Amino acid sequence: MRLSRLSRTVLASLTGVILAVMYLPLAVVFVNSFSTSQSLTWPPPGFTLEWWGRAFRSAGALEAILTSVQIALAATAISLVLGTLISLALQRYRFFGRDAVSLLVILPIALPGIITGIALNNAFRTILGVQLSILTVIVAHATFCIVTVFNNVIARLRRLGTSLEEASADLGAGAWTTFRLVTFPQLRSALLAGGLLAFALSFDEIIVTTFTAGAGVTTLPIFILNNLFRPNQAPVVSVIAVVLVLGSIIPIYFAQRIAGADGMRSRGTER
Amino acid sequence: MSPRWTGERTGRTPAIRLRGLTKTFGSVNAVDNLDLDIAEGEFFSMLGPSGSGKTTVLRVIAGFEQPTAGTVVLRGQDVTAKAPFDRDVNTVFQDYALFPHMSVIENIAYGLRVRGVAKAERLARAQEALEVVQLRGFAQRKPSELSGGQRQRVALARATVVRPKVLLLDEPLGALDLKLREQMQVELKELQRSLGITFIFVTHDQEEALTLSDRIAVFNAGKVVQLGTPTEIYERPSSPFVAAFVGTSNIFEDALARAVLGRGGTNSVRPERISLHSAPTGESTISAAGTIAEVIYIGTATRIIVDLDVGKRITVLEHNATASVESRASVSDRRGERVHAEWPPEAIVALDSDSAATLGDAAPAPQGPVGHGASIAPATASKIP
Ligand SMILES: Nc1ncnc2c1ncn2[C@@H]1O[C@H](COP(=O)(O)OP(=O)(O)OP(=O)(O)O)[C@@H](O)[C@H]1O
Ligand SMILES: [Mg+2]
Repeated sequence: MRLSRLSRTVLASLTGVILAVMYLPLAVVFVNSFSTSQSLTWPPPGFTLEWWGRAFRSAGALEAILTSVQIALAATAISLVLGTLISLALQRYRFFGRDAVSLLVILPIALPGIITGIALNNAFRTILGVQLSILTVIVAHATFCIVTVFNNVIARLRRLGTSLEEASADLGAGAWTTFRLVTFPQLRSALLAGGLLAFALSFDEIIVTTFTAGAGVTTLPIFILNNLFRPNQAPVVSVIAVVLVLGSIIPIYFAQRIAGADGMRSRGTER
Repeated sequence: MSPRWTGERTGRTPAIRLRGLTKTFGSVNAVDNLDLDIAEGEFFSMLGPSGSGKTTVLRVIAGFEQPTAGTVVLRGQDVTAKAPFDRDVNTVFQDYALFPHMSVIENIAYGLRVRGVAKAERLARAQEALEVVQLRGFAQRKPSELSGGQRQRVALARATVVRPKVLLLDEPLGALDLKLREQMQVELKELQRSLGITFIFVTHDQEEALTLSDRIAVFNAGKVVQLGTPTEIYERPSSPFVAAFVGTSNIFEDALARAVLGRGGTNSVRPERISLHSAPTGESTISAAGTIAEVIYIGTATRIIVDLDVGKRITVLEHNATASVESRASVSDRRGERVHAEWPPEAIVALDSDSAATLGDAAPAPQGPVGHGASIAPATASKIP
């Protein structure tokens, strides 16, 4: 499609403005983490690495990073296993209530975090009678992290069709051998992409976390919230914010690259 | 033929026995009450238009589809409820279904691998199979790096390397060029004969079916409309559908048939049985005058379209080896030429105009293996080595 010079200019500036609104504030946080000013003033009066040094010597900050990584890894692992099993069941078998299950699995990503949080908080404490801890956060995160794995895997299974699995069974392989040698290798990149997205989702989650974390469980976002309004901590918070952003963006970047490369490959092999 | 199976039961236990087989997709009867016996070591072909249910029959035999009704019996054993990996049949898929993440050699060795054959042996056997399909240098390629015809040959090698008793082939040579196709036909026939494999072979290529098969089933709308040897199918088509689908036929019906052939009903005359003469020769009893409308040179033969004076357009096939040289030299000059089309009375095949008369209709319920099997036992069973 050819556009006139005017519309091209207008569209280009519009894109520029939107991207600027989204990313300039992030850039400010990034710059502030190197600023000599303590109070997030703009423009920054000077450059320093002091806050980065302090952040990495701060026991609270390091512990928060560790906690967040632990939670994200565990929630991702649970999501990978359960998400794959659910996708296989829904895509390869016909059973009563299949559509309902499919809807119920993806619903958590649409539910407001505050509702999920309150509901899980209630369920854990009053119905199940368990103490809130890091485990309850992991379970809570897994409820919505499953969705990204599920979506990636089921899309892959749908595109894959059943002919490879049939060929494998035809050559004498049982269900588990077929999964191990044929289906799983085909799912690998979908699992990686879904897992990275799940990790990113969990890593920066705060609302559900606040309702399901036990005392003393401080994730990165909660650490930031707790320290944001302590004046002498502000630059350290900027540093942690940058870490948090990177921890969320890098997995998404790789997930995108995997999806993109896959798209290219499958187009290349399509007959 | 494998000595393990001969002499078992009556010695005539079919490799495959289908009884009352029906498969319905929604409102479509993809396979409609099919009864079929296929003998051990037989080369059995299925011919039929697109959508007539050939692939579905193979999928039910292989176990990928559960039949809506009916049974699948392999060598006397009812396998209707068994999983594909529990059936001693292998498939060459219409869409190849090669494993994209495995190299060609890994694809071929897969069946041996899941059967627990040691690595060195399975690679050696896969390499052998690779050479049979003339892909020696391609062992390490991925399927995406092969042409369609090469993929098809890998699929063939993958299914045959496990030495199945029954091989289901769904248009296995469809993507090959003529030369390679002919070579692979010879290879397949050789393989089938030497290993005594039962082949069920689906093809769109009638010539292929006619030259390779012991028996052919012609399918239409989920039913077998005719079952017989290639000669029977070609020379004695039982219905206008078969006559028109297998080869070309000149159909004469009712009034026209009475005018030209001197008999009623629906009749067929094959183009190659008709000869053209400038004057009636008298030696053939059937003769009809007409005008040449079109002459089409097709290499080994020439196809001539003649408009008969009685108001019927017929096709005549003249073999170029027998046609006179001058008639070949002046192909275009012959248009408009007055000719007499002649053929012997035995070239006329009376067709059962009710094309719905099928094997399936004849036998709604199985009646025990011997009594029932006799009526549709393979005519060629005795011919099989
Ligand atoms: N999974 C399915 N769902 C619904 N309808 C199907 C399915 N598989 C086959 N059919 C229908 O069943 C009929 C027979 O299909 P089948 O694939 O057996 O035909 P075929 O003889 O192999 O055709 P072709 O020569 O084109 O391969 C067709 O009408 C087809 O549309
Ligand atoms: Mg088919």
